[in-house]
Amino acid sequence: MRKHGDALLTAAVWLATALVVGAFLWLLGDVVIHGIGKLDAAFLLDAPQNAGRDGGIAPILVSTLLILVVALAVAVPLGLATAVYLSEYAAAQLAKPLRVCLNMLAGVPSIVFGLFGNALFCVALGMGFSIWSGGLTLACMMLPLFIVTTESGLSAVSSEWRRGAAALGLSRAAALWHILLPAAAPAITAGLMLSIGRALAETAALIFTSGYVDRMPESLSDSGRALSVHIYDLSMNVSGGDAAAYGSALVLIVLILAINSVAVNLTERFLQARTTA
Amino acid sequence: MQMISMEKKWCAAVCVGLSLCASAWAGGNKLVLTGSSTIAPLALEIGKRFEQQNPGVRVDVQTGGSTRGVNDARTGLADIGMASRAMKSDEAQVLVAHRIAMDGIGIILHQKNPVKNLSDEQIKQIYTGQIGNWREVGGEDRKITVVNKAEGRSTLELFLHHFQLNNPDIRAHVVIGDNQQGIKTVAGNVGAIGYVSIGTAEYEQTHGTPIQLLPMAGVGASVANVREGKFPLSRPLNLLTKGTPTGLAKRFIEFAQSAAVDDLVTAQYFVPLAR
Amino acid sequence: MIWSRHNISSPSRADVLLARLSGSLAFAVAVLLALVLLMLFKESWAVLASGGWARFFAGEGWFPSSGQYNLWPMLWATLVATLGALLLALPLGLASALFGRFYAPRWLVLPLRRVMMLLAGIPSVVYGLWGLTVLVPLIAQWEPPGASLLAAILILALMVLPTVALTSEAALAAVSSASLQGAAALGLSRKGIVLGVALPEARAGIFSGALLAAMRALGETMAVLMVAGNVVQTPGSLFDPVRVLTANIALEMSYAAGEHRAALFASGLLLMLMVAALAWLAGKRGGRLYA
Repeated sequence: MRKHGDALLTAAVWLATALVVGAFLWLLGDVVIHGIGKLDAAFLLDAPQNAGRDGGIAPILVSTLLILVVALAVAVPLGLATAVYLSEYAAAQLAKPLRVCLNMLAGVPSIVFGLFGNALFCVALGMGFSIWSGGLTLACMMLPLFIVTTESGLSAVSSEWRRGAAALGLSRAAALWHILLPAAAPAITAGLMLSIGRALAETAALIFTSGYVDRMPESLSDSGRALSVHIYDLSMNVSGGDAAAYGSALVLIVLILAINSVAVNLTERFLQARTTA
Repeated sequence: MQMISMEKKWCAAVCVGLSLCASAWAGGNKLVLTGSSTIAPLALEIGKRFEQQNPGVRVDVQTGGSTRGVNDARTGLADIGMASRAMKSDEAQVLVAHRIAMDGIGIILHQKNPVKNLSDEQIKQIYTGQIGNWREVGGEDRKITVVNKAEGRSTLELFLHHFQLNNPDIRAHVVIGDNQQGIKTVAGNVGAIGYVSIGTAEYEQTHGTPIQLLPMAGVGASVANVREGKFPLSRPLNLLTKGTPTGLAKRFIEFAQSAAVDDLVTAQYFVPLAR
Repeated sequence: MIWSRHNISSPSRADVLLARLSGSLAFAVAVLLALVLLMLFKESWAVLASGGWARFFAGEGWFPSSGQYNLWPMLWATLVATLGALLLALPLGLASALFGRFYAPRWLVLPLRRVMMLLAGIPSVVYGLWGLTVLVPLIAQWEPPGASLLAAILILALMVLPTVALTSEAALAAVSSASLQGAAALGLSRKGIVLGVALPEARAGIFSGALLAAMRALGETMAVLMVAGNVVQTPGSLFDPVRVLTANIALEMSYAAGEHRAALFASGLLLMLMVAALAWLAGKRGGRLYA
C-alpha cells in the first residue's frame, strides 16, 4: 500500500513536470520556427529599416541592455539594503507598514508605473524620454519584487545561525556577509532573475518612459526602444512585422538565458568562496 | 569578492552615464513628435530620411495614441503631435493640422467565409447583435464573432460615425487595440468580422493571411479608391502644431508633405496624398 | 539596537554603520514608493472627490463616453482569471519544484531550473503573441470566439508557473537537511518525506510564492489583453470573452482624458487594494507573511 502511494506520487510529479516542459517546448518551438529564419549576424548588427520589418535590431539591443544596467544599478543596492534593514534591523512597528506598502506596490499594474515614471522622471525631473527614465522606472517596478524575495530568503535563515555567529563574536555585518547572505543567495538569485525577467519583458511601462526611438543611443539621455517594445510594435502595429517580431523574441530569450547563466555562476562562485573560506 | 567587483563595474557604468548625460542635455537641434501609434512607424521612417538630408538634426518619435498627440502638441510637450483622425472643432481653435497621408478603413472577413458583400444596414445589424449568424446574410450556418475596437481609438470613432452607431449599442465578442491584433483575430476565426486599415489588410492578403476585404456601398476597398477619394470610410493622417509652424518644425512638415516621401508612405501601407 | 529583531546587541562600529546605511537606503525606497502611491491618489482624486466611488459599483456598465464607470464585470473577470490561473499553476509548479528537488535524476536538475528561469523571463508579449496565433484559434474551433476567459486563464497559468516553481524550489531548498536525513533514517518513504517533512516545513515559502504568483497574475497586462477578448461583461462561462482591469487601463489610458483618465487611475488603485487585501489576508492566516 505504502509502495503504491509512493509510485503514484512519483508518477504525478513526473507527469506534471513533463506537462510543464511540454507546454514550454511548444511555445519555444513556435518562436524558434518562426524566428530562426531572421536570425543571422546582420540581424544583430544592423539598424532596423522600414519600421523594423527589415534590417536588424542592434540599436534596440544596446538600448535594452543600457536600460537594464541602469535599472539593476539602482534596484540591486537599494533593494538589498532595504531587505537587510527589514529583516535584520527594523523595529516591527516600522517594518510592518513598509512591508504593507511593498505588497501594495507589487500589485500596481506596470502601466501605472509607466505613467508614474513619465510624470516623475520624464517631466518633473526633466529627463525626457530617455534610457535614464526607462531604467529608473524599471528600478521602481523591480524594487518591491526584489525586496520581498530577498527578505524572504534572509528571514528563512534560521535564527540559530545568527545567535551562533554572535556567540563566536562576529559583528552583525560580518555575520551578514559571511553567513546570512550566502545562505540566502539562492533566494536572492531567484528574486534577481524574476526581476530581470520582468524588466526585460516590460512593455507598457517603457513605452511611456524610454520611448519608441529606434536609433542607436549616443548617451543615456537619449530615447531608446527596448526589445519588448519592439516586439509589441512589430506584432501589433506593423503589418508584415511578425517574422522580425519572432526573431527579436528569439534574441530576447537567448539574452535571458545568457544573463541567467551568468547570474547562476556568480552565485555559485560566491557561495563557494564563502563556504570554503 | 565577486559581488564587490560587480558593484564596482556598476558604479563605473553610472559615472560614465552621468558624464555622457551632461554632454547630451545641452543639445538643441531636436524635434519631438508624439501621438498616434498608427502614424508612429511612418513618422519614424520620414524622420530618418529627414535626418540624413539634414545632418545634425534629430527627430525623436514617441507613440501613445492620437489623444496624446493632441494633448502634447497643445501643452508644448511635443513640437509636433500626430493624430490619425480629423480634428475636432475645439481642437481646431488651437492646433493646425497638416495632412501627410490618407488611410481607408475596410471591413474584413475570414477568407473561407463565402459572404462577399454586406450592405451598410446588414453591417449595422451585425454590430448591434440583431444578426447573430452568417446564415441570415446568405452565408454558412456559423456564429458571427464581432470584432470591435477599444474605446478612444480613432478607427472606432470613424466607424461609429459612418454607421451612425453608439458604442454602448455594439454587441462585440472581441475588443481589440491595434490593427494587427484585429487581423490576427479574424485570420484565426472563420466566423469573425472586423474593420481595419485597408493598406494593412491588402498587404496581409497578398502575403497569404486568410482574410478578405469587403467592398463598401459598391466601392471596392482598395488603396487606389481611397486615394481618389471614392471610398466612403477614410481618414487623414495628420501632423499637428500649435499655431503656424516655424523653423525646423516647418521644414519637417513640408518635407513630410512632399512627394519625396511617397515611397515611405506606400511602404507603410498608407495612401499618399493626391497632389 | 536593543529592539532589533533577533535581539543580538553588538558594539561593532561596522554594525552601527551598516544599520544606518541600510536604514537610510530603506527610507529612500520608502519615499520613492510613497511617491508612486501619492501619484495614484492624486490622479484619481478627480473622480474620488466628486463622490465617484459609488459610480464604480453601479450603473449599466463601463461606458466612459457616457460617464458610466461600473467596474464589477471587470473586477469579476480579473478575480476569476487569477484564481483559475492559480488553480492550474500551483499544483503544476509545486510538482515541478518537487521533481527538481527530490525526483529528478541529477543531470536534469539544472536544465530544469534553467527552463523555469527562462520561462520567467519570456516577455508577456511573446506569450500573448503565441496565445493569439496558436491558442485562441484552437479554442475558436471548439467554441467561438476563442478569445475568452479560458485563453486568459491558460496563458496566465503558463506565465505564473515559473514564479511558483522557482519560489517553491527555493523554499524546499531551505528545508534543513537534518530533518530530511532524520526522516530518511526513520525509514520514511520518499512520499512520506516529501509530504510529511519537506512540504510542511517549506509551507510558508511556497505560500509566499503563490502570493507572488497571484500578484503577477493580477497585474499582468499585455498577454491578457491579446487573448481575453476584452469585452466588458461578467463572465458567464469559460468561453466568454472578458476584460480584466489591467487590460482596461492599457487599452484606454492613452486615449483617456479628464474624468475617464481619473477613473482609470482609480481602477489602478482598486487593483492595488486587492493585492493589499490579499497580503493582509495571508498575513492573518499565516502569521508572518514572507517567512
